Amino acid sequence: MKNEMNLQFSALSQNESFARVTVASFIAQLDPTMDELTEIKTVVSEAVTNSIIHGYENNPDGKVFISVLLEDSTVELVIRDMGVGIGDIDEARQPLYTSKPELERSGMGFTIMENFMDEVEVRSEPSFGTEIRMKKHLLKSKAMCN
Amino acid sequence: MEIRNDVLCIRLSGELDHHAADELRQRATSALEEQNVRHIVLNLEHLTFMDSSGLGVILGRYKHIKQLHGEMIVCAVSPPIKRLFDMSGLFKIVRLEESEEFALERLGVA
Repeated sequence: MKNEMNLQFSALSQNESFARVTVASFIAQLDPTMDELTEIKTVVSEAVTNSIIHGYENNPDGKVFISVLLEDSTVELVIRDMGVGIGDIDEARQPLYTSKPELERSGMGFTIMENFMDEVEVRSEPSFGTEIRMKKHLLKSKAMCN
Repeated sequence: MEIRNDVLCIRLSGELDHHAADELRQRATSALEEQNVRHIVLNLEHLTFMDSSGLGVILGRYKHIKQLHGEMIVCAVSPPIKRLFDMSGLFKIVRLEESEEFALERLGVA
């Protein structure tokens, strides 16, 4: 069965928690494990934070878009902004790389997304924005195992 | 936050993301600058969520306390948060302890 939801909100840091809690509650219907839920909340937080800090450089007029598609036990997450874009995607994905060391960024955002999800695809165009598409196959729900 | 001898104990609760990291950075920095502090104990017992912004702010405080020739010990780290520490290599430079009591003992504050 397919199920989909879309979310749009202002690029404000207080919406980071709103975004991960909303996505987590939508995914709850697939009966994920606690670990899977934490992993998904973490990657939502990483991608949304990137859009706010890097994409929109903290301009709250920016909008962040999230879509979640559930199909059987697969979660597909798309997190998109219309911000400044990423010049060099390979460089941005390097562990510990950050374009903003003065802000005490750890440079671990993409590394965490790659570790916690099965697929991570980044598309970006300078001055048009960035789209991160991620997939995760959940362990079969408990009901199906019994 | 509490200061015991020359140790700043920071007890975090709730969620440490980019939004909360800014406040933690400001409060910890002013405590380090205004008080006579040499070491930091960061207690994560009641922290329910953390992401890479949390790693960044912890690393920042570690660098600050190193400049003051002090130590930082992080304690009561839950398994999901421990994974982030492992992934980033932060556990190699920041000392971890099971509880705040053990951390304080290590720093000579019983």
